[in-house]
Amino acid sequence: MEVTEEVAIDHGLKKEEFSKICELLKRTPNLTELAIFSAMWNEHCSYKSSRKHLKKMHTKGKQVIQGPGENAGVIDIGDDDAIVFKIESHNHPSFIEPYQGAATGVGGIMRDVFTMGARPIANLNSIHFGSPQHKKTRNLLRGVVKGIGGYGNCIGVPTIAGQTTFDESYNGNILVNAMTLGLVNKNKIFYSKAAGLDKPVIYVGSKTGRDGIHGASMASATFDDKIEEKKPTVQVGDPFTEKLLLEACLELMADNSIIAIQDMGAAGLTSSSVEMASKGNLGIELNLSEVPCREEKMTPYEIMLSESQERMLIVLEKGKEEHAKKIFDKWNLDFAVIGKTTNSKKIKLIFDSKKVAEIPIDLLAENAPIYDRPWKKTKLPQKLKFDKDEFKSLKLSDCLKKILSNSNISDKKWIWDQYDHTVMGDTIQKPGGDAGVVRVHGTNKAVAASVDSSALYCFSHPLTGGKQIVCESYRNLISVGAKPIAITNCLNFGNPEKEKNMGEFVECVEGITEASKYLDFPVVSGNVSFYNETKDKGIKPTPTIGGVGLISDYQQMLTMDFKTEGNLVYVIGKTDGHLDQSIFARELLNEKKGPPPTVNLFNEKNIGETVLDLSRKNLIVSCHDVSLGGILTAVSKMCIKGKKGITINTLKGLTNKYEYFFGEDQARYIIEIPKASLKKVNDILNKYSVHFDELGTVNGQSIVYKDDINLPIEELADAHKYWLKKYMDS
Amino acid sequence: MRSSVIIFPGSNCDRDMDVALKKFGFKNQMVWHNDQSIPKSDLIVLPGGFSYGDYLRCGSIASKSKIIKSVIDFANSGGLVLGICNGFQILTETGLLNGILQQNKFLNFICSNVYVKVKDKQNKYFKDLKKDVLELHIAHNEGNYFCSDDELKSLEDNNQIAVTYCGVDGTENEKANPNGAIKNIAGIFNKNKNVLGMMPHPERMIDKYLSGEDGSLFFKNILDNFK
Repeated sequence: MEVTEEVAIDHGLKKEEFSKICELLKRTPNLTELAIFSAMWNEHCSYKSSRKHLKKMHTKGKQVIQGPGENAGVIDIGDDDAIVFKIESHNHPSFIEPYQGAATGVGGIMRDVFTMGARPIANLNSIHFGSPQHKKTRNLLRGVVKGIGGYGNCIGVPTIAGQTTFDESYNGNILVNAMTLGLVNKNKIFYSKAAGLDKPVIYVGSKTGRDGIHGASMASATFDDKIEEKKPTVQVGDPFTEKLLLEACLELMADNSIIAIQDMGAAGLTSSSVEMASKGNLGIELNLSEVPCREEKMTPYEIMLSESQERMLIVLEKGKEEHAKKIFDKWNLDFAVIGKTTNSKKIKLIFDSKKVAEIPIDLLAENAPIYDRPWKKTKLPQKLKFDKDEFKSLKLSDCLKKILSNSNISDKKWIWDQYDHTVMGDTIQKPGGDAGVVRVHGTNKAVAASVDSSALYCFSHPLTGGKQIVCESYRNLISVGAKPIAITNCLNFGNPEKEKNMGEFVECVEGITEASKYLDFPVVSGNVSFYNETKDKGIKPTPTIGGVGLISDYQQMLTMDFKTEGNLVYVIGKTDGHLDQSIFARELLNEKKGPPPTVNLFNEKNIGETVLDLSRKNLIVSCHDVSLGGILTAVSKMCIKGKKGITINTLKGLTNKYEYFFGEDQARYIIEIPKASLKKVNDILNKYSVHFDELGTVNGQSIVYKDDINLPIEELADAHKYWLKKYMDS
Repeated sequence: MRSSVIIFPGSNCDRDMDVALKKFGFKNQMVWHNDQSIPKSDLIVLPGGFSYGDYLRCGSIASKSKIIKSVIDFANSGGLVLGICNGFQILTETGLLNGILQQNKFLNFICSNVYVKVKDKQNKYFKDLKKDVLELHIAHNEGNYFCSDDELKSLEDNNQIAVTYCGVDGTENEKANPNGAIKNIAGIFNKNKNVLGMMPHPERMIDKYLSGEDGSLFFKNILDNFK
């Protein structure tokens, strides 16, 4: 096929990009070369719209061993232990084929982690669906959950936490973000930077098939009516092979055979070989006839673009081939020497003894286009003036029940029951808490992890929203007694060629950066997913933050369930009663306007450190952060989990009770204090100058507030626990 | 007491089982599926997971693996063989245990705590166990035990039903049955009661920070009965 501008455009390249390629190469590329350019220059691999802004992110800190730019980020958790972690999106494929899309998303992120030498110890996910009323939602949800479970359960890595939301903006573009944490000895981390000349390049894992060709390009475009036709671009996962690959790779990593290793993810062999060579400032020569293929007569074009799963590319020490082959044979995996490193600084492809492509590496990597796309600032919306007389017709207890059964607040047990969350025998906080917690096997340490996003806040004011999610993540970790260490982020946005969407991206990143810098909570890995748009309708901006924290003695872990009758309950942090953008405003007043709650980073840090201090001194017995739905929602969850009631004190002053109970002000926690610790707790709160309210006392089997609320916990639990199951069964 | 845990490609509870056995004082060794023989053992464990990807049928390929002949010989000579979850599935595929494990009734994977009633204590696993109801943990997609009427009658007549799903108070009813298993069966013995297959994972319940501690009772009891 002759390569023309039309062919280039069919490959997702822009007209100007094609001219630039011809100019850089000083000739017209052949079809295989064009395919390689299109794969490396698409949004998914090149970050061409986002790179300029990502550079500003806060990525450093003494806890950071490896920041963004590798397969995953790495942080130090002491005693030579390090945690490797990353979050990644698999949005486009999951909408087209929910089971395989979600499954391979989980498979891909786990490979990113074990590529670095780490054994995966926990999975998390953040999944977002269209309105529950939308005809596709139920099936998409069922498929995604089955896909995530099908893959993670088979590998035997526990899924310890997650987040599920529903919003009509995802009707045509669901989001599936998967996160994995792995444990590695910090002196035995493997990187993707090739080094040394004439070193053998090894292909291991599954055979290459025709699945997933153009997957990365598909993920770099918006959807239209013909998305069904894109099904063949979705990869098919085989968790069994991945489990073998995991064990084989870790076995080979036990000695010093590997120079560099990279998984074949998006854009398969193309991006893995180019990235390894580029990082090592080397050339690479591949003989494609040696690549193990699943199907007959695969062309170089197909081999280079295939996104078949469960494959790795390794640069090996010379002479270690036999040793390595033995290990992969043991695990019944393909093993082939397919090339070598060179000093040409070019990628050269041979097929049937003929040269089929030759491109200077720097044209694919450093010279990939970078765009400074125009963007528009989002103005802070005017704060709403609620008519408080209107509230009076609403009964507090009815409001509470309605909020607890809201699709975004209600219990997600139906989902996590389908994920194996206890395999590996170290899960000490299961899904459903503020964060999942797993022990660092064989030690007293435990690692906490949480995934968070707040699309409504980000949509209303991206800068505040960006800050808020980092703080939310910070609070969730502190609520289980963990010291927050670092984050990974998955930036899900609409079409960056639109000024509004680009502006949402830029300002969310700015917010994330500001908060992570202030809280010493650096970003160590992540990914960007643009073009979450169908027929001109984009998603609400949904940056997802995956936070990781450390509990140095796991016996100090906190949970949210109320423990003992008679204990006192405090709200830490000040409640002004911010109702704009709250669930209360949406669900009961049908009011969607107004700004998100203000984020005060000083308070977040100070109050967070206070709570951490209280937990380290064993002065509190349960803790929960106050977020969506406000104080009454948070306290209800603590009651439901602990199967205990609370008697709430009469509010002081002139506070409006609806604002107080349902406002979504930030930087707040609810803590449970045994009477014996009360004085010490008060002293510490005063020492840190932290505002607190005495909310009430753990008592009986009902939640009681004056004459306004008297609800048995069982009734609350019914409202909270069964919405999703009923929805899925209906 | 010496134990051996068999690792099949795709096993994923092998390490958890190793940790549990060693914690309670078993001298445990890991055995690779391609080995010809098993080191001298008093107990062989087939762990949970997805042996050979559970392709074809859960446990079916593992039941034809190289090591399995030694397992069958060991069982037939009276040795203790314990199959947990996928291990139970493998045991039914080898014919050492009767019946089959079908997909769960509600067609979903289930990861959850359950209560099981110990139905028979005249065996080396449960003899003198202090409790009649244990809180254990299940994580499976194919745990719905089924067998023919004749097989069921024979299981009942010979007291081969080991554990059944029940409520916290020991009541066996449909509500307590997580997967649709016939007669709430969660685990069974062979005729001689030296081979035990069960879906719940005792190895996930071995300290108070996990889902519970009743798994500890199970392992300690095997040791006590061996002494």
